[in-house]
Amino acid sequence: MKLRLTTLAALLLATPAAAGDVRLMWYSDGVEGAVIEDLVQRFMAENPGINVILDNVAYQVIQEQLPIQLQAGQGPDIARVTNLKEQADHWLDLTPYLADPDSWRTSFADTLDWMRPDGSDAITGFMTQLTLTGGFANATLFEQAGVPLPGDSATWDDWVEASAQVAEALDLPAAFAIDRSGHRISGPNVSYGANYVAEDGKPAPVDEGVRTFVGKLVEWTEEGRMLRDVWVSAAGSTYRAAAEDFINAQIPFYYSGSWQVANLSTKIGDAFDWVATGSPCGTVACSGLQGGAALVAIKYTRNPEEVAKVMEWLASEPVVKEFSERTLFLPAHQGVIAKGGLQFVSDDPHVQPALEKFVASSQLVAPAAQLLPPWKWANAYYGALVTRTSQVMAGELSLDDAFTRMDQDIADAVAQAAQ
Amino acid sequence: MKLATAPLAAAARLLDPALRALQRTTGERGMIAFFLLPNMAIFGIFVLFPMLTNFAYSVTGGNALFLADRSFVGAQHYARLVDCQNHLDPMTCRDDKFWTAVWNTARFVLLQVTLMTAAAMITALILNRSLPGRSFWRAVFFFPVLLSPVVVGLIWRWILQRQGLLNWAMDSLGFDTVNWLTERTSAFAAAVGVSVWAHMGFYALILLAGLQAIPKDLYEAAEMDGTRPTRVFLRITLPLLLPNLLVVIVLALIRAVQIFDEVYVLTGGGPGTSTLFLTQYIYEIGFASLLRNPGLAAAASILMGAVLVLLTLAQLGLARRAERK
Repeated sequence: MKLRLTTLAALLLATPAAAGDVRLMWYSDGVEGAVIEDLVQRFMAENPGINVILDNVAYQVIQEQLPIQLQAGQGPDIARVTNLKEQADHWLDLTPYLADPDSWRTSFADTLDWMRPDGSDAITGFMTQLTLTGGFANATLFEQAGVPLPGDSATWDDWVEASAQVAEALDLPAAFAIDRSGHRISGPNVSYGANYVAEDGKPAPVDEGVRTFVGKLVEWTEEGRMLRDVWVSAAGSTYRAAAEDFINAQIPFYYSGSWQVANLSTKIGDAFDWVATGSPCGTVACSGLQGGAALVAIKYTRNPEEVAKVMEWLASEPVVKEFSERTLFLPAHQGVIAKGGLQFVSDDPHVQPALEKFVASSQLVAPAAQLLPPWKWANAYYGALVTRTSQVMAGELSLDDAFTRMDQDIADAVAQAAQ
Repeated sequence: MKLATAPLAAAARLLDPALRALQRTTGERGMIAFFLLPNMAIFGIFVLFPMLTNFAYSVTGGNALFLADRSFVGAQHYARLVDCQNHLDPMTCRDDKFWTAVWNTARFVLLQVTLMTAAAMITALILNRSLPGRSFWRAVFFFPVLLSPVVVGLIWRWILQRQGLLNWAMDSLGFDTVNWLTERTSAFAAAVGVSVWAHMGFYALILLAGLQAIPKDLYEAAEMDGTRPTRVFLRITLPLLLPNLLVVIVLALIRAVQIFDEVYVLTGGGPGTSTLFLTQYIYEIGFASLLRNPGLAAAASILMGAVLVLLTLAQLGLARRAERK
């Protein structure tokens, strides 16, 4: 008999939905919280027997509290998550509850494997958005400083150098910032030749690609070119975004991802001109990292049929199209992509070119980066990267010690999972 | 009065035969056990059981939350935590972050308790004098104690961050700004300072109560003898305040070892791991990190608990010795 009563779980359990209720845990990067609320209301009007309870939570709740709830066999009925593969054992296989599972498989063919256990053909959810990491430049600041924006084939060194000239000319705190996240620096690492995945599918030791880009990142931080606050102002693998510094025109260049487009558009408005730049080049590629958020059904639900109805409605082609157009997210639905003609709902002239840039950049994703979204050990790698790199930036570790510790941390995570 | 106690008396009369029967059956000791049972049950469920569960986690491995799904690994987590070439240098340890947190906590406790006790003592001495608006000043010093630790952390973060109030003031006055929360020394100093600011009022109040309990005639006699103020403090105030001072030191010590919330909000444990303290280490390893390890977190919390038990025993010993005197 499983021992279900632990203090830990007792403190963190989510209230499971009652019969007929479907509890949906959702986080927002931009405006999608309001959009999903609207969609949920419409679903309930069309399906009076199902009551969807929408819990809008912070991303940190998804990252820190939801995993504990899932481990305790609890949680919401549906959740919007980014940690897809590692938690896949907790997702519900919707196949027996769906009216048309084949259509689902066709619509989300490329990404279904990202969110199911290795070797399974379960249908556990769908990507609410496809994302790609990439940069944003404050075109107004570049123009004011008289520095031309680097071109499509510009390297990281070129971008940092140009941004540093802007920062110096306009007396800004730093040239650029990257979100404090192992995921965010993995595209650049790959661009410098990194490969995280060993032949057996387990994590490979930290290689020259990682050493090169992380070494540059540390150097740029020491020189004050990278905004020190973002990476140095926390311990462990805590996520910190640098979006606010870009929005407040404190940095001319910001490396984050396509999910920021709506956020930047909403908050910057017409305060300055900004452009998406794609990912700067390294020595072997100009790669970003794909990813995204998925809506998944949780297998501990008491109402799988109602959950499947909600999921099927939200994953339908017209709803996905509307959701993408209103949230400015790139859709994962093959039907929506094939038909094209997405009319993104925004008066902001920066939005359409930015999204087009991300779509174009998705063609440049390196093979080593394509392996990472569905890879089980990606989070272990990301966690080790961010924890140890920020220790080097703070002056606590040498780079060599940090790389040794990264390998150790990743090996520990693999060993622990095997226990 | 009679009206108010009448229902109680009636209830007692009703219960009396049952309790007498119970006493006859179980004896006096049984009765004691019967009355203690509810309390013991609450203690068992909410204290003892979680402690035992925590111990069980510390000797099992894997990512699963249910003990039944976890494999027994014995003392592996403890061995990992104490595996060091040189315990004074965390970078030589198998789990460098644990030992960094241990030494950060030790440094924090030493500095924070010393500074806070001194500040609380000075504040109490000042507030014990007849100042104009004495009650107002007492309230001012006690006010931070009423704030939530998260609010304390946020207030000081807004003051100390790069674009915070302090840097704005320094910039306005023509001084160079400082990145207070991203430099190791200033971030640690900020953690200590904010913690002293937040908790000092509570300890000042305890000392103030002690000061007010010292008989006034002792001070009058000393004044008549022409004793210097320093000597009065060392020979009268300090010895008579010692029991309160011991309570303050031990309570502050225990609280300082447990430091977490306000510093977590203020610095997030950074820069690097400069303000990573034991409780945050346990929280991160147990719940928040991408490299989560509940067993290791449980083992670290048991080691920390052992330190707290030692501090509590020291408090009891000191209190008993003070009572004997």
